[in-house]
Amino acid sequence: MIHMEYYLIVSTIMMFVGIYGFFTRRNLLAILISVELILNSVDINFAVFNRFLFPGQLEGFFFTMFAIGISAAETAVAIAIIINIYRNIRNIQVKNMNELKY
Amino acid sequence: MEYTILLLILPFLSFLLLGLTGTEFKPKTAGLIGTAVLGIVTLLAYITAVLYFSRERGADGTFQTLIPFNATWLPFTETLKIEMGILLDPISVMMLVVISTVSLMVHIYSFGYMNGEKGFQRYYAFLSLFTMSMLGLVVATNIFQMYVFWELVGVSSYLLIGFYYTKPAAIAASKKAFIVTRFADLGFLIGILIYGYVTGTFSFGPQQQVLAAAGSLLSLALGLMFVGGAGKSAMFPLHIWLPDAMEGPTPVSALIHAATMVVAGVYLVARMFPLFIGYAPETLHVVAYVGAFTALYAAIVACVQTDIKRVLAFSTISQIGFMMVALGVCTSNDPHAGGLGYMASMFHLFTHAMFKALLFLGAGAIIHAVHSNEMMNMGGLRKFMPVTHITFLIACLSIAGIPPFSGFFSKDEILTACFRYSPFMGVLMTFIAGLTAFYMFRLYYNIFWGKPYEVSEDSSHMPHEAPKSMTFPLIFLAALTCVAGFIPFGRFISSNGESYTIHLSIPVALTSICVAVVAILIATFMYKGATQPVADKLAARFNGLHRAAYKRFYIDEVYQFITHKIIFRCISTPIAWFDRHVIDGFMNSLAWVTNMTSMSIRGLQSGNVQQYTIVFLGGTLLLVLILLLV
Amino acid sequence: MEITLDLIVFLVLAAFIVVSSVMAVTTKRILRSATYLLFVLFGTAGIYFQLNYSFLGAVQLLIYAGGITVLYVFSILLTSSQGDHAEKLTNSKMFAGLSASAAGLVICLFVTLKNKFVPSHFEHGELEVRTIGHALMGTEKYQYLLPFEVISLLLLACIVGGILIARKR
Repeated sequence: MIHMEYYLIVSTIMMFVGIYGFFTRRNLLAILISVELILNSVDINFAVFNRFLFPGQLEGFFFTMFAIGISAAETAVAIAIIINIYRNIRNIQVKNMNELKY
Repeated sequence: MEYTILLLILPFLSFLLLGLTGTEFKPKTAGLIGTAVLGIVTLLAYITAVLYFSRERGADGTFQTLIPFNATWLPFTETLKIEMGILLDPISVMMLVVISTVSLMVHIYSFGYMNGEKGFQRYYAFLSLFTMSMLGLVVATNIFQMYVFWELVGVSSYLLIGFYYTKPAAIAASKKAFIVTRFADLGFLIGILIYGYVTGTFSFGPQQQVLAAAGSLLSLALGLMFVGGAGKSAMFPLHIWLPDAMEGPTPVSALIHAATMVVAGVYLVARMFPLFIGYAPETLHVVAYVGAFTALYAAIVACVQTDIKRVLAFSTISQIGFMMVALGVCTSNDPHAGGLGYMASMFHLFTHAMFKALLFLGAGAIIHAVHSNEMMNMGGLRKFMPVTHITFLIACLSIAGIPPFSGFFSKDEILTACFRYSPFMGVLMTFIAGLTAFYMFRLYYNIFWGKPYEVSEDSSHMPHEAPKSMTFPLIFLAALTCVAGFIPFGRFISSNGESYTIHLSIPVALTSICVAVVAILIATFMYKGATQPVADKLAARFNGLHRAAYKRFYIDEVYQFITHKIIFRCISTPIAWFDRHVIDGFMNSLAWVTNMTSMSIRGLQSGNVQQYTIVFLGGTLLLVLILLLV
Repeated sequence: MEITLDLIVFLVLAAFIVVSSVMAVTTKRILRSATYLLFVLFGTAGIYFQLNYSFLGAVQLLIYAGGITVLYVFSILLTSSQGDHAEKLTNSKMFAGLSASAAGLVICLFVTLKNKFVPSHFEHGELEVRTIGHALMGTEKYQYLLPFEVISLLLLACIVGGILIARKR
């Protein structure tokens, strides 16, 4: 029997690993990857809560599904922006993005 | 007589035109504009004078005071308001004539004198400004308007003294003149404010009952006004600026520092004369003693100066002292009893303006010819400059008090008034008159006689007669000096406004003529020859006195000592220290703290999103912790 | 607590996810980072499968693993310049990030574990796709047509926006 808390522990660890990545990475794409981790951990939580606490219903399920869709959209736009930045300064390091031009 | 407003507007427009266009005009055109405007103004002034004095006298035998134009500028209360207007009464009309005449002469003269100077147009602009302010001063309808124009003449005097602004001495002189007169004007302003407070009005003629209730405060106000007048008229001990003001161009000295502006103080006292005589006669006597002392002091100093313009400057101070004395010795309003001095003072103001302007313009012509102010470099000039010589001689005779020149008549009236006041004052003033004759002829002989002029190696530097534009004003003023004494002055101006016929007091006249002749003879004896053994011997004999007089009795040094040693060191230095260290220090430390704080917290605004999020996370965690623990 | 196959599978998955995510944020090479992300996503999909949300797991694999990761890889290849390794972190920054994350982790775990959830029971049985389809296409209560349409609009906007931003001027 797997307790619900086990899943939550995994997702929490994943979440804070993502946060740690968000703090420390210096590459825009790496930061974006960290954000994906955070999102993913939340998705897990929704699915787990739905399955364990409200088994007959579908809210958590659909929330996860929509979140996946939205994260796809978000990634697409973010990568477009990053590519644009790269085209301008040939670089996607955070420290170089200090001229409010873009 | 509404057109009299043009007297102020025309010179002002000329000032604006010349002043604002910079160097747009050719120098000659600029001068012509200024002179033409002044010509019109002079014509208007003459017309005004003729029309005014040919009016019917009022029922009480006085010329009616006219106010053809008056605009309320700042109303404070029903009665206390500042107005700007034109007031015509005998003395203001007389001053209009004097100012416009001398100013016109100076304008014409400057064509020759200032020819080729840098800033010719600026010069004429300032002259226009000065003329406007001076005319505004004399026609002021109330004391505050007078004060406004009073300051305007001060500033134009400042500008003109400092006309050669590349010369350090001129800068220092202009600053000195401005500061000293400003200092005196502070007294004037306080006097005006007290006057406005006690009488509830700024006009010259408050109501009788108000004045009667004012009491001693009124004397105080009038005394403070006299302080302002003393500053402008270079009365001792505020005279120190006038000799230095000679750094300005000579025509300016003639106009401002001899004929018009410096008599503003006399005019002020004359303007307030009914109040002085009615409510503060003791103040008037202070005026008399200050004037007498100044006259004596300046006459002694003038005897030993070697710079011809300075001699004339001290002579001016002395003569203004005469005018002040004449006003001060008045004891009543009635010219037949004790009010003769008023008329005498105005008369002397009138004649003095003419012959002193003449003297200065003559000195200008001489300086123009020999390029020096020092008597040492002159002598024997009568052969080279006949016109200047004759006109200068006329002026000297006039100021010395030799009939039939104008100075004799006016000075005689003053001496008569003095003798009526007290024998001591009369004797003193007669003595000063003798001194005047002496130093003027010392000046005259040193310039035109004495040792023959040494022609320098290059014969191109021969002294020569001044151009026509300079000799014309000399001749004109000399002619005026010859005839002005015969003007029946008392018919126009007297202390109570009634017609008064001047009759010479024979003993006084004879005494003063004798004294003057003796003084002239002594001067002839001492200075006419090529060498001056007597004068040198006397100077050696009374070395200390001579040196002291030459140094103007160290008054300037006393001022220097008081300002530098006492005021600067004991008051200004601590204040400066306080300002620099305490006040500035407080401000600086505020700035320093702000600076340091922002330096230390500027890391918070790095623009780095990651850093923001880490802080954000920290804050969130803190909130969670608080919620958990509470 | 008896050891079941389920538990073993879960433990393996959990370990896999944790290790992969830690590797994803610590590795120096950005491409490896993306690869580890892919592993994490696979692990997540495994968890969905274990929860009997097969459809969700499939979606996760399709969109995340199939779509987004490919996008990442392409953009990494497009933007990586020579020697574009993550620069060395200063110790203080690393410490700050680490300590903040660790503190957050501890607090969250504390809260999670301390909390008494309502009695939970694991309902076995696959969620039918038919049910999902009905819920997605219906307009009744607990049916999600409106969010579905909104998200389709959002995706359209994203496509347009992505093209607009990334196109050459």
